[in-house]
This record gives sequence, structure tokens and C-alpha cells, in this order.
Amino acid sequence: MRRPWKWNGSSPETGAISMRDRPAAERIGATAFAASAPGLRIQNLALRYGTRTIFEGLNLDIEGGRFVVLLGTSGVGKSSLIKIIAGLARPSEGCVLASDGLPLPQRIAYMGQQDLLYPWLNVVENVMVGSRLRRQTAERDRAIHLLGRVGLAERATALPSELSGGMRQRAAIARTLYEDRPIVLMDEPFSALDSFTRARVQDLAAELLAGRTALLITHDPLEACRLGHHLVVLSGHPARLGAPITIHGPIPRAPDDDELLHMQGHLMRVLTELEPK
Amino acid sequence: MSYTTLSAVGRPIVTLLVLLAAWWLATWISGVPSYLLPTPQSVAVALWTQRDLLMWSTVTTLTETVLGLLVGTVLGSFCALAIVFSPLMQRWLMPLLLLSQAIPVFALAPLLVLWFGFGIASKVVMAVLVIFFPVTASFSDGLRRTDVGWLDLARTMNASPASMLRHVRLPAALPAFGSGLRVATAIAPIGAVVGEWVGASAGLGYVMLNANARIQTDVMFAALFVLAMMAILLWVLVDRVLRRVLFWAPDTTAALA
Repeated sequence: MRRPWKWNGSSPETGAISMRDRPAAERIGATAFAASAPGLRIQNLALRYGTRTIFEGLNLDIEGGRFVVLLGTSGVGKSSLIKIIAGLARPSEGCVLASDGLPLPQRIAYMGQQDLLYPWLNVVENVMVGSRLRRQTAERDRAIHLLGRVGLAERATALPSELSGGMRQRAAIARTLYEDRPIVLMDEPFSALDSFTRARVQDLAAELLAGRTALLITHDPLEACRLGHHLVVLSGHPARLGAPITIHGPIPRAPDDDELLHMQGHLMRVLTELEPK
Repeated sequence: MSYTTLSAVGRPIVTLLVLLAAWWLATWISGVPSYLLPTPQSVAVALWTQRDLLMWSTVTTLTETVLGLLVGTVLGSFCALAIVFSPLMQRWLMPLLLLSQAIPVFALAPLLVLWFGFGIASKVVMAVLVIFFPVTASFSDGLRRTDVGWLDLARTMNASPASMLRHVRLPAALPAFGSGLRVATAIAPIGAVVGEWVGASAGLGYVMLNANARIQTDVMFAALFVLAMMAILLWVLVDRVLRRVLFWAPDTTAALA
């Protein structure tokens, strides 16, 4: 069996990671829901501006607790799609539901293209900003602990402007974990980082978000292959979803994994051919 | 004392000395009579002999300016909030705001003195009229330009609109508010002094007008000097406070120097 890169937990062959298999230390911040994170059901979604159709007829079932990557070129409507799922925009048609039939809005965490740290708050205040916005008592100890998990415990009182791009993105991950929600949506959160920092932050995200239902959108085939249990390609004008591609084995995958390299090359070719000449 | 603080204090002093020397040379060489251009020495003497009058006049003008600044800033901020968050208010308030700026405050001054009297009130109203527009304009601009990503994030965290205003929109608009307040501070004394010219019984503008009538040009210069010092110190104070409050806002002056 190939040894996954930097994987220090157990390696379930199925790729379905249940929380019981993870070391206790990694369960911090993930409460009981994680073992039963709800899936997402995207039904017949369409988005139109006037007569221009961005995408239509999107159907996708995302199984609870899986990491799904949606891959597409720039301008294909990826960001619009994730905003609709996050409840930040309305679709022209169709709907997004949770697989357990309960409402979605309180159960989604969102990571944007930028780190979206508020520059007037220091790092730990940024991690706890959800409590402040909801007028709840901030859990400082938990926030400090989560900062420790992303390797920023020492920088808790620094301002975001004093951090590097990689550190800022790690602080954003800590903020997402603080929200402690079963579904996590990510809109190209690592695209601004250099490739080595990106690889490290991807590892961290895959490790810390395990057990949650994650949907990441990206234009980077390598990122897609490293992080996704399942990949879906969004392409065309108007855009449609391709058939889901399953890559076996636990995530994050090593960047020199043979299957990953093969799949990355394949996706690169498909996406390049899909681009209008 | 470090080199930077030394040069920060030293540079204005050097500038002042050079200006004084040029002034003295001009009076000495040209031989212009002192009732047109008094010598620096005679102005210094006037500063000393009239110190009581100048001090009390400064207190009056400063009070008018600071009160105008406070009222104008509060009023300007509320106007900004109203036009940003209520389209109805924007439709009704915006023409009024523009009208208030279209009429020169110099033209309004006699009317304001007639309505609010020779006392401090008419000068405060004048200062408010001059300064509230820059505050409203920059603050509303700042409130409108909140990063959409910041608002999206707050919305996914189930923030109420009031909480988003308090914790995201207001802090994000503070740098813009700060630039409006700096402009307002610089021009607030104009409102106060114009009011004093039209009709007053105290203040630096009143002193200047009286001295002018009696051809005491040296006293006029002394009052002008005190007025300039007051305006500069007020601006520096406001700038310092703003820098402290906006410690997080990117300041690229260091990169330019």
C-alpha cells in the first residue's frame, strides 16, 4: 500500500473517515455532529442574469462527512454557486437542502477567496468574531487552543497586517473551526498563497476539517486531487456539472502520488480542452 | 530625544525663523510704512502688550471652533448613516445637503448673526455649516465601500444587521471618517472667524476687525499669528488622536519617505 504523505492517523481503505478512527487530540473542536455531519443536496440549480444563463440544471448529492472539490475555470460561476449554497445569494431556480431535512443557515461555515480577517481586530479576536457578531460570550480558551492547532498560538495578539499570507490563511482556518459547524464551504481560499505554503495549508485544512462535509471550489487540478474524496467539474456556457470522479485513499494525498499525478494530468487536459479557443 | 522627534520639532522652527527673517528684510529694504506692513519686532511687542485681550479672544474663538466641530461631527455622522441606510432619507436629505453647501457661508453669516445673536451661538452654527459636509461626505463614502467579503462572512456567522453595522461597517468606515474629520478640523476656525467678522463682541476675528478700524496693523498681525497657532495645534491634536484610534489602518507614509 502506498504510504500517504504526512498522514499520521489510521488510513481507512474506503476513504470514509469516521471520527472514531482519529486520535483523540484531533477531535478537539469537532463535537458529536461530526460523526453524522449532514450531506448537501443541490437540486436543479440555475442562475440567470437577464437573458444570460450562468449555469443551469445543476444536481449534486454530497455525502455527509466527505470532502468534495468543485473544479472549474475562471468565470464559469463557481463563486456564484458557493454563495448560493452559503445562503448569500438567491438562485434563479432550484434549491439547496441538507440531507437530514433540517435548515442549513446555522450549520454552514464559509471561507472566502481572501482570508477576510478584520484588520482592526487582533488574531484571537478574529477567531472569536462569530461570538461577537452573534452577541454571545466569546470562548477565549477554545480560540487560543484552536490557534495552537494551526500553529499560531504565539501570534494570538498580533494584528492581521503583521502576519504572512500563509499565517493569515491559517488564522482563517482557526476561525472556521471556532464556528464549529458541520458543513464548510471554501471559495478558493488558498489561491493567493505560493505553492509550498499552499501545500502546507492544504494539509492542515484536510486534517482539521476531517469529519465535516466540505465543499471546496478551485481552478487548481493539483489542489483538487490532493484534497477531494470526490471531484466534480463545472464547465461550459451555460455551465453544467460533469459526472463526479472518485479518487480513492485518504486525504491529503501526497503531491507525488501516482494516481494523483495521473488524475491531475487528465483534469488539466480536460479543462484546457473545455476552454473556448 | 531621538533624531526623528528632534527633526519633527526642529523643522517647523527653522521654517518659522526663515519666514521671520524674510519678513524683517522686506520691511527693512522696502521701507513700507508700518501701518501697511508692521515689522516682526512691533508684532512681538503687540503680542506681549495685548496678551490679556489675545488670550481671552483665543478662548472664545477656540470654544466656538471646538463646539462647532463636536456638533458638526455628530450631525455629519448621523446624516451619513441616514443617507446610507435609508434610500428615502437619501432622496430628501441629499438636495438639502447640497443646498447648504451651494450657498456660501459668507453670504449666510449676517442672517445667522441676526437669528442667533452676537454671542457664541451664531459662530457655532457657522462652524457647523462649514464642517458637517466634509464629515458626511467622507463617512458616507466609507460606509458604502465596505468589503463585500467582510459582510458575507458576517452574514454566514448569522450576524444581525445591527451587529454587522456595529462590528463591521462602522470600524471599516473609520479611516474615511478620519479623513473627513481632518478636513473639518482644518476649516472649522474659518466658520468661527467669519461669524466674528460679521458681528461679535469677543473673539480673534472681532479683535482683528477692531484693530483694522483703528489701523493697529501690528495687533491684527498678532491676532492672525495666534489664530494660526491655534488652528495648527488643534489639527495636530486631532491627527494624533485619529492615528491612535486607527492604529490598524495601513499608513504608507513611511514607505514614501
